[in-house]
Amino acid sequence: MTSIVKPKIAHPSLPKNELGLTRRGYEGTMSTLCAGCGHDSITAAIVEACWGLSMRPEQLVKLSGIGCSSKTTAYFVSGAHGFNGVHGRMPSIAAGANAANRELTYIGISGDGDSLSIGLGQLAHAIRRNVNMLYVIENNGVYGLTKGQFSASADIGTKSKKGEANLQSPVDPVLLALTLGASFVARSFSGDKAQLVPLLQAGLRHQGFALIDVLSPCVTFNDHEGSTKSYAFTREHYHAAVEADFVPRASEIAVDYAPGESKVVGLHDGSHVRLKKLDGGYDPSDRAAAYSYIERKLKDGEYVTGLIHAGDGSASELHAVNQTAATPLNRLPYERLTPGAAALGKLMARYR
Amino acid sequence: MPAPEHAPERLNDFVLKFANVNGTGSASANTLIMKSIFRSGVPVVGKNYFPSNIQGLPTWYEIRVSAEGHHSRTGRVDLMLAMNIETYGRDVKEVAPGGFLLYDSTWPRSSLLERHDITVLGVPLARLCNENFEGVRNRILMKNICYAGVLAALLDIDLEVIRALVTEQYAKKPKLVDANMKAIDLGYAFAKANLPCPLPLRVVRLDKTAGHVLIDGNTAAGLGCLYAGATVGAWYPITPSTSLMDAFRGFCERYRVDAATGERNYVVLQAEDELAAIGMVIGASWNGARAFTPTSGPGISLMNEFIGLAYYAEVPCVIFDVQRVGPSTGMPTRTQQCDLLLCAYASHGDTRHVLLFPSDPAECFHFAAQAFDLAERLQTPVFVLSDLDIGMNDWMVPELTWDDAYRPDRGKVLSAEELAKLEKFHRYVDKDGDGITYRTLPGVSPKGAYFTRGSGHNQTGGYTEDAAEYRQVVDRLKRKFGTAATLVPKAVLEGPGNRDVGIVSHGSCDGPIREALGRLARDGLTLDYLRVRAFPFGAEVESFLAQHSAILVIEQNRDAQLKSLLTLETAVEKHKLRSILHYDGLPMTADFIAEAVRTALGATARRAAVAG
Repeated sequence: MTSIVKPKIAHPSLPKNELGLTRRGYEGTMSTLCAGCGHDSITAAIVEACWGLSMRPEQLVKLSGIGCSSKTTAYFVSGAHGFNGVHGRMPSIAAGANAANRELTYIGISGDGDSLSIGLGQLAHAIRRNVNMLYVIENNGVYGLTKGQFSASADIGTKSKKGEANLQSPVDPVLLALTLGASFVARSFSGDKAQLVPLLQAGLRHQGFALIDVLSPCVTFNDHEGSTKSYAFTREHYHAAVEADFVPRASEIAVDYAPGESKVVGLHDGSHVRLKKLDGGYDPSDRAAAYSYIERKLKDGEYVTGLIHAGDGSASELHAVNQTAATPLNRLPYERLTPGAAALGKLMARYR
Repeated sequence: MPAPEHAPERLNDFVLKFANVNGTGSASANTLIMKSIFRSGVPVVGKNYFPSNIQGLPTWYEIRVSAEGHHSRTGRVDLMLAMNIETYGRDVKEVAPGGFLLYDSTWPRSSLLERHDITVLGVPLARLCNENFEGVRNRILMKNICYAGVLAALLDIDLEVIRALVTEQYAKKPKLVDANMKAIDLGYAFAKANLPCPLPLRVVRLDKTAGHVLIDGNTAAGLGCLYAGATVGAWYPITPSTSLMDAFRGFCERYRVDAATGERNYVVLQAEDELAAIGMVIGASWNGARAFTPTSGPGISLMNEFIGLAYYAEVPCVIFDVQRVGPSTGMPTRTQQCDLLLCAYASHGDTRHVLLFPSDPAECFHFAAQAFDLAERLQTPVFVLSDLDIGMNDWMVPELTWDDAYRPDRGKVLSAEELAKLEKFHRYVDKDGDGITYRTLPGVSPKGAYFTRGSGHNQTGGYTEDAAEYRQVVDRLKRKFGTAATLVPKAVLEGPGNRDVGIVSHGSCDGPIREALGRLARDGLTLDYLRVRAFPFGAEVESFLAQHSAILVIEQNRDAQLKSLLTLETAVEKHKLRSILHYDGLPMTADFIAEAVRTALGATARRAAVAG
């Protein structure tokens, strides 16, 4: 069906951000997903995050693959270019786009099928390559558009709508990202906007590859009794280890936690994430500790959420490694790119 | 020692073949000989027949010396340098009657006795080098350089030319100049004292290489990408295309690094596979950089899905397919023109793509630059279909030149100012009637924002499943392909165009065809020859096909892919076309073509007589 364009009428009393834009300025076309879909909540959180950051809409680039989740890039920030690529291969488009213009902010929206099955290789290599982008996996453990097959994130024993149990072990995107060296790894739940919005903001500002796995129940094919990705199950087994607050640049960091309970993580652009540890002893800057903590909790059937790992990814970021020019490559004038006819004449001596 | 009496004199017209073991450093000695002949003003071409292997397998290098400047393979060998004991038997057999065989006589070889119609020349290369050099690796390397000295004496190559080359090559390591010249002198002196120098086949100074260079197509294509202003290269290593990106990267390190800051005005991304490589190119091109990927047939197979996306979403991208022998893994180090149909219709659904067919390294250079202009003008993938023979072998071509007035054609891209003047921007509306619509780049203006997708879309860029809206876009894409036919390089006609029989061919077939045509003309057989340089075919191809009653289509694949493409995409009557096909992995020879043309013409004449 044709996408539905929302009317852009905003009530004058709606709050405005630094750019004078209301939240409506960050919306996209009307969602065509099922009513109650977790993905729509994530879309709303992205709108809120971008509005809160006072991001210029055209400075955002939205990328996605194929699937329900990948459709959602049309549903937020219509003033940004969007690219709905091919199944599982958004990361390579993102890497290329980022190579061409390092100044823009890149957000990739993917799903568990798109990222963990058909696109596992590309996701892994985008992490390894440390493409500067926020990568959101809208994780529901199921293929929606093809009507309910298990995805690679389905837990062992979880039941499909038809009652069939999944027998294969899941790929956990958080553990995967930690293994591959991602410098920003988070997990959240589509139903927890308060947690998700600051995570999205921090991820957008993080220098390097930031991954947020968002548990996002599929109301149509995976919200039944016996499913480990239903709303009910997720709420019950959802365990926030770290609470994150995004603190924009130039804002005061008010310390209102007892010492030892909170931690401030600086982001590349001068903004900060203030973390409040809800579980004593958990240190999100320690990758190995984070890994074993998450793994232990997963074995107990608990999804740990929050900012699971945050480090400095700037030194290994794609352009840092390549020593790319500060000016985006797509803006370099031709005069700086051609050696000219005389240089070619000289070069030809080597081939004689 | 007197010159053998049965060998006729062959001045500046013979073939040298070096049988080596790969990984022993023979390439530099072979190149040294080739370049020294080239610098003596005599045209040469080098062809490398190498294994898909790193060390220890047989490899051959062939140098054709041709005063007339022919650059195709001949299939004959006048002087074989048999350095590989494993292939010795077959190497001996390959020498043309009256030819010469040079071998390392440090160890006796019984099979020497097999041929009585050739002259066998022995040089104790290993012994000479063992006596004069230290270290195992060094002795092996110097053995190669030593035979270069022997050949210099046998072929009458000026030692000073060789010395100049060696000095240039090791400009930064003067010690190596001395060692190399010592090895050359050893071989030279031995040959002068013990062998019939010079041979009846030898080099006589000419002045036919001035203004020319020896360069391979991949290097030239990499250079073309540099001059086109490409800033993003993404690739997955695959023979025989790898040296294209190596060349691009090398040139960038030299010309694209800011001297003051060390900043690089380019990015080379080594992808995890070809799927990612083309994805990166699409992302970068979509975002306004000139981006390309070099690959070969297996890579194109993997890229198919993305190529369809780029076609339908109208994203420029430049793809170099340096063709090798298929199907499947095939023979990675042998040449073929087997990806025409694969590239012309790559990806599912109705797709047709722009293909360019360079015939030598000079065209690789110019077509590389042109490919970016076409890709951005047409907003579509453009393939440069080279092959291993062009890509990896050293060809003599006119010096590459560049016009400083050149500015990239970035196509229809709207600026922020242009967008501001529009009431509303629609991505896929054909305003100019040429099938090409206006695009915008991210980051420029919220007014230019649109949604790029491979799913059904209407002319405003919105998602659609509406029959009429879908057709409107794909019908325009078809019109755009028609526009492409007017923009691509025109076919080249040789001959008056009104002869009865015409040849149609493309790419690396050109050299042997022109050599064969010269030979046939001397026998009184004259044909027109059209070298197609691009797909879609221009009007000149249609009229050539219409004007000839019989057409021979010459190409290097089994299934007559160019002929199929002509049949599918022009109005030509199928019965007028006859195929001459060569597909064993070796470059075609003029002999093969001349013979095939004679046979075909005989058959055509018989058919005409029957019909008459």
